[in-house]
Amino acid sequence: MKLKQTLIAAAIAAIAGTANAQVSDGVIKIGVMNDMSSLYSDIAGPGSVVAARMAIEDFDAAKKGMKVEVLFADHQNKPDVGSQIANQWYDVDKVDAIFDVPTSSVALAINEITKKKGKAFLVSGAATSDLTGKACSPNTIHWTYDTWMLANGTGSAIVKTGGDSWFFLTADYAFGHALERDTEAVVLKGGGKVLGKVRHPLNAQDFSSFLLQAQASKAKIVGLANAGGDTTNAIKQAAEFGIVKGGQSLAGMLVFITDIHGLGLDKAQGLIFTETFYWDLNAQTRAWTKRFAAANGGKYPSMVQAGVYSAVTHYLKAVEAAKTDDGTKVIAQMKAMPTDDPLFGKGSIRKDGRKLHPAYLVEVKKPAESKGPYDYYKIRTTIPADQAFRPEKDGGCSL
Amino acid sequence: MTEIFGVPTQALFGQLLIGLINGSFYALLSLGLAVIFGLLNIINFTHGAQYMMGAFVAFLLTSKAGLGYWWALAIVPPVVGFTGVIIERLMLSKLYKLDHLYGLLLTFGLALIIQGLFRNEYGTSGLPYPMPAELSGGRNLGFMFLPNYRAWVIVASIGICIATWFVIERTKLGSYLRAATENPALVQAFGINVPRMITLTYGFGVALAALAGVMAAPIYQVSPQMGADLIIVVFAVVVIGGMGSIMGSILTGFGLGVIEGLTKVFYPEASNTVIFVIMAIVLMIKPAGLFGTQK
Repeated sequence: MKLKQTLIAAAIAAIAGTANAQVSDGVIKIGVMNDMSSLYSDIAGPGSVVAARMAIEDFDAAKKGMKVEVLFADHQNKPDVGSQIANQWYDVDKVDAIFDVPTSSVALAINEITKKKGKAFLVSGAATSDLTGKACSPNTIHWTYDTWMLANGTGSAIVKTGGDSWFFLTADYAFGHALERDTEAVVLKGGGKVLGKVRHPLNAQDFSSFLLQAQASKAKIVGLANAGGDTTNAIKQAAEFGIVKGGQSLAGMLVFITDIHGLGLDKAQGLIFTETFYWDLNAQTRAWTKRFAAANGGKYPSMVQAGVYSAVTHYLKAVEAAKTDDGTKVIAQMKAMPTDDPLFGKGSIRKDGRKLHPAYLVEVKKPAESKGPYDYYKIRTTIPADQAFRPEKDGGCSL
Repeated sequence: MTEIFGVPTQALFGQLLIGLINGSFYALLSLGLAVIFGLLNIINFTHGAQYMMGAFVAFLLTSKAGLGYWWALAIVPPVVGFTGVIIERLMLSKLYKLDHLYGLLLTFGLALIIQGLFRNEYGTSGLPYPMPAELSGGRNLGFMFLPNYRAWVIVASIGICIATWFVIERTKLGSYLRAATENPALVQAFGINVPRMITLTYGFGVALAALAGVMAAPIYQVSPQMGADLIIVVFAVVVIGGMGSIMGSILTGFGLGVIEGLTKVFYPEASNTVIFVIMAIVLMIKPAGLFGTQK
């Protein structure tokens, strides 16, 4: 498995390297790096590459005389592999900006590399709010969502409706820790308490042991501070062990539409969580999703993939305006200009690198309410852009 | 309430039982591997992919043909086992005279191809597989809530493990098989078709993996990489038990399930490494594994 992915990454890098050797440096090179083959590849994966290509197409780069190329690679959710690809891209392949990068530990590593090399890093897939907090950088913008936003959106809604005692199942790496920390803060602030927590390895498959501990804690809410296959397996097995029937509720802190699709509505119904994009928001999102699904084997976009589209769009606008692809300058330009795209609407980027747009507290429909595949959410509340994310002063960013 | 290292004994019983259930998957899978290695001398790295195929064929039977879990239990093992027979006839049979490494590389490559094909078609989020109605729900044992399905898994896998052990170690067919591994030429001289027997043995090992896949489908998401992570652990189980030892792999499978389960209580962060730590220690003390014999 590991050997194969390294080989693929190396092969992609090698092919990209030779193909681009003769091209002048006047090319804007975009690198989409994410999990292409494991638990996060439906959330990001090849779909993010599709989104990046659509953004370039819609921007009409060719007509404007800009030459834009897309590279992509699989970081296998490993910081060392991701760092190696990033170094290769920046130094050898002359990549100007890296996009997406789910898995917070990998994103934090690339955040540092990008800063050192003065390039641009636009994060859509990773969640840790540290990217705009203590690890903030003049070369990074955190686009789609973060752990603070999830904790604030979902956590406070649940505490308000009486879910005041929590037990966390946490993925044991940077992302899980950040999500648990941010959610715990919201729970405590709302007057609730945390009765216990257990940290499970990434990609754990069997959650029965952890669920048993959650059950024994008698907490009202079992908070799932994990993502992707870990979340779906935990939800599926929680049903098996009668967690919900026993009066405890599950709170998926980070759930994507692809997870709901994989679980089926009968298991997922009633779940409440926060997203920043849903395909059925308005006519524009529906039209875009139709095109995206056609290019992505019929699969609908996750908010991460939508975020990649939005980020690439704004990046290209900034390159055009600043007339340079120098990373630090383009990021500064991106912060200076308001954002506007069909998926997230009008928005802005804060000094600390936080992209601001509304968030949506959604509830999963009952099977009877759904008209068909991907008709899964009811929007319960729209959280306005200025409240959805952590206030700049609380982040501890030094910029 | 009495406590052991700060954990109530009641909770500990629950965790032991859970460990035993996970151990039954390890046992089923490592049993198939042990049979294949013991009789064919092939390190079957495709095992995880074949386990995954078992779950997927079960999923396809439900979604395309409307055939439920019980049908899947009967249909899937022979179907996937047959693909194993084809692999053995077309490819593996050419490798018996070569070093182990060739078999390992071939089966590893096949596993990657199979997983890649399924990933391309079905993505990685996983697909839902319903719990059979007869086995949904569960009972309260006082110290834990035991889902009926998990109880079934443990009973079924113990039954299958014992039956396989009995066939290989205690029947005439089994004695032919074992004799054929020791000295194929001599056994063939007695008029027994050794190549066919070996082909069917591989098919049987693969069918065991597929059966484990069907049993896993209602619990875990049916996804292309479901076998990839498991197979590494299962290999460690086989190594600890002693390559090729049938009883060794069964007992080690259950035992390591329990140890892993306990680790999830006392130090969950280490739960995916504990088996490899044990493997390292066992290899240092008994290089042939706990139940293996040095050849």
